[in-house]
Amino acid sequence: MREKVIWFLVAAVGALAWTVLALARGEHVSAAWILFAALASYAIAYRFYARFIVHRVLRVDDTRATPAELKNNGIDFHPTDRRVLFGHHFAAIAGAGPLVGPVLAAQWGYLPSTLWIILGVIFAGAVQDLVVLFFSMRRGGRSLGQMARDEIGPVGGVAALVGALSIMVILLAVLALVVVNALAHSPWGAFSITMTVPIALFMGFYLRYLRFGRVMEVSVIGAALLLLAVVAGRWVAESGWAGAFTWSPETLTLALVGYGFVASVLPVWMLLAPRDYLSAFMKVGVVVMLAAGIVAALPDLRTEAFTSFAWNGDGPVVAGALFPFVFITIACGALSGFHALVASGTTPKLVEKESQIRVIGYGGMLTESFVAIMALIAACIIDPGLYYAMNMPASALGPTLESASRAVADLGFTVTPEQLSRTAQEVGESTLVARTGGAPTLAVGIAEILASVIGGKAFWYHFAVMFEALFILTTVDAGTRIGRFMLQDTLGNVWKKFGDISWKPGLYLSSAVIVAAWGYFLWAGVKDPLGGINQLFPLFGISNQLLAAIALIVCTTLLIKTGRARYAWVTLLPLVWDVAVTLTASWQKVFSSDPKIGFFAQRDLYQDALDAGKTSLGNARSVAAMEQVVLNSTVDGVLAAFFALLVLIILADAVRVWITALRRHVRTTEDPYIESQLWAPSGLIPTAEERRRQKALS
Amino acid sequence: MTWRSLWRLLRELTGDRAYEQYLEHRATTHPGEPVLPEKDFWRLRTDSRPPSGCC
Repeated sequence: MREKVIWFLVAAVGALAWTVLALARGEHVSAAWILFAALASYAIAYRFYARFIVHRVLRVDDTRATPAELKNNGIDFHPTDRRVLFGHHFAAIAGAGPLVGPVLAAQWGYLPSTLWIILGVIFAGAVQDLVVLFFSMRRGGRSLGQMARDEIGPVGGVAALVGALSIMVILLAVLALVVVNALAHSPWGAFSITMTVPIALFMGFYLRYLRFGRVMEVSVIGAALLLLAVVAGRWVAESGWAGAFTWSPETLTLALVGYGFVASVLPVWMLLAPRDYLSAFMKVGVVVMLAAGIVAALPDLRTEAFTSFAWNGDGPVVAGALFPFVFITIACGALSGFHALVASGTTPKLVEKESQIRVIGYGGMLTESFVAIMALIAACIIDPGLYYAMNMPASALGPTLESASRAVADLGFTVTPEQLSRTAQEVGESTLVARTGGAPTLAVGIAEILASVIGGKAFWYHFAVMFEALFILTTVDAGTRIGRFMLQDTLGNVWKKFGDISWKPGLYLSSAVIVAAWGYFLWAGVKDPLGGINQLFPLFGISNQLLAAIALIVCTTLLIKTGRARYAWVTLLPLVWDVAVTLTASWQKVFSSDPKIGFFAQRDLYQDALDAGKTSLGNARSVAAMEQVVLNSTVDGVLAAFFALLVLIILADAVRVWITALRRHVRTTEDPYIESQLWAPSGLIPTAEERRRQKALS
Repeated sequence: MTWRSLWRLLRELTGDRAYEQYLEHRATTHPGEPVLPEKDFWRLRTDSRPPSGCC
């Protein structure tokens, strides 16, 4: 009875929050309503839907031994406390992605993004993570690629591999571009990020030679040094050293590419492991701080529920209308194919009890979604005029504050030149105009929230930039390594020697190939006259949702093949939605006759102008710039078409398998049942009964 | 939950307790057999650490 009352109250709060968000027009809406709507919806989904999936659809069995128990070797397979594993799984799936997407999507208004982040995670994202984790766990921790090959066939397997490799390349390019845009001409930011390298090296050597395994100790020291680096950044920026740390986007690009290569061939302990510790430490700290800041400051949303860009598709940040582009701009935080790699990687080898996948898989993704919600709030409390001045391409905003102010006015928003220079000064930057990529905007939002509670706007701005860049540099390193392993693994099938991951020439060569691939897109993005982020981000979204489609296809196939066909809708519905979104987006990106949206329409426009002997068109103000646009849009268009084709191939192949499996019994690949000798609670907090049992056991 | 168990959980979360966990594991599964010295254990653990990609 008490439980019923509580859930009734939770539902009532959620319903009230959603009503306020949906009906408010033209008045001040507090960001708290988004927070309430999110938390109430998550709670209900976790209690009812996740429970239904785990017990009715997947039918987890706690008497069954998990791979962690069976293959326990004390290293990569060992039964891990559910709370510890929840933390590790969350740290592995959450990075800069959920922070960037919602900021860019804020141009369509706060409501579409809020709806997609919350409904998307409940019915698609968290379901995908949970179901992949389950099936991988029942197969000794097999990877997504292996499961695709086993369940669908070689075509599916190859498509999964190619999809994973290409998403990695585009992801790294986009994230690196975010860093370039955040640090260009900002000596404060550039200094504090540069300092993260010696700090991580120090931590690496400390752990290796001075104090083995004292991770917590070294993380605290590292975090303190990091804060010092942010503070010291101001001194550097105000001193004679400022020039040495004022870098152009081109210089930063070369530096990042060089860093990416060196970092990915250095031993893990030197740079990657300590960076991971620092990132995880900062991640938890910032998420908690930001949530507390939003609750304490309760800022009003300044964006409308829906902007006119939601319908006319003329938004300057990402071209295209709400459907389908909100759903590919916000990937991480709602549905991210990337997570399927983690949920079929390290996590399934560590799960202690089958029922715990509910809190680890579903709960972990809900937490990431909450991070995306906070990023959305931070972007929506900023003055819309400032938001557009920061997020429109440089070429559209012109060279001065006055021209930027006029360009924003043309969109129908106001920001005065004085306001622009004052805000830049407040956060300790030379300018905020055309600081695209999402990171600086988010940093302004975070700084505004935290400064309204405890002051120190400039510090918080640079702190936020530093921590986003820290995530991204960790991803650049880790992602290049993952890409390299995939490449070595694939080429190893052709040439055995290449598959040996400790063979140095192969290691250098494959690292160089991966770095060159993302470096190319990064360079093209930096030099793109039309603004790299608005060209590249849709590609990133499409490739991430493509990987999600592959993961959901594998899940649906497994549900059907393992006799759960009547519940196949659990993953089939999100799959249908995801495929509809991804294919519509690819279709528009390839075939739209609007040159702002269609890559080939854009290519033709500039090629025709070049053929006609013009030397300037729109924001491309030279022949070289126009040629650059032609090249970039051709490459991007071919990629968009390629991704769509990949989805269609794997989908067709899977449907063939589904039909066969529905007609007659097919063999399953599940590991045999072996009885478990362990017992552990299911949820994060043990129930009264579980506590009694725990006591009796110990 | 006591402070002591909270501290233990935190050490497990950060990985500080990994060597202790390894010794416990060896003691139950391979009692009496030799174990890796602490220094070697940490090196092996870090070197075989898979890169955890995130987005």
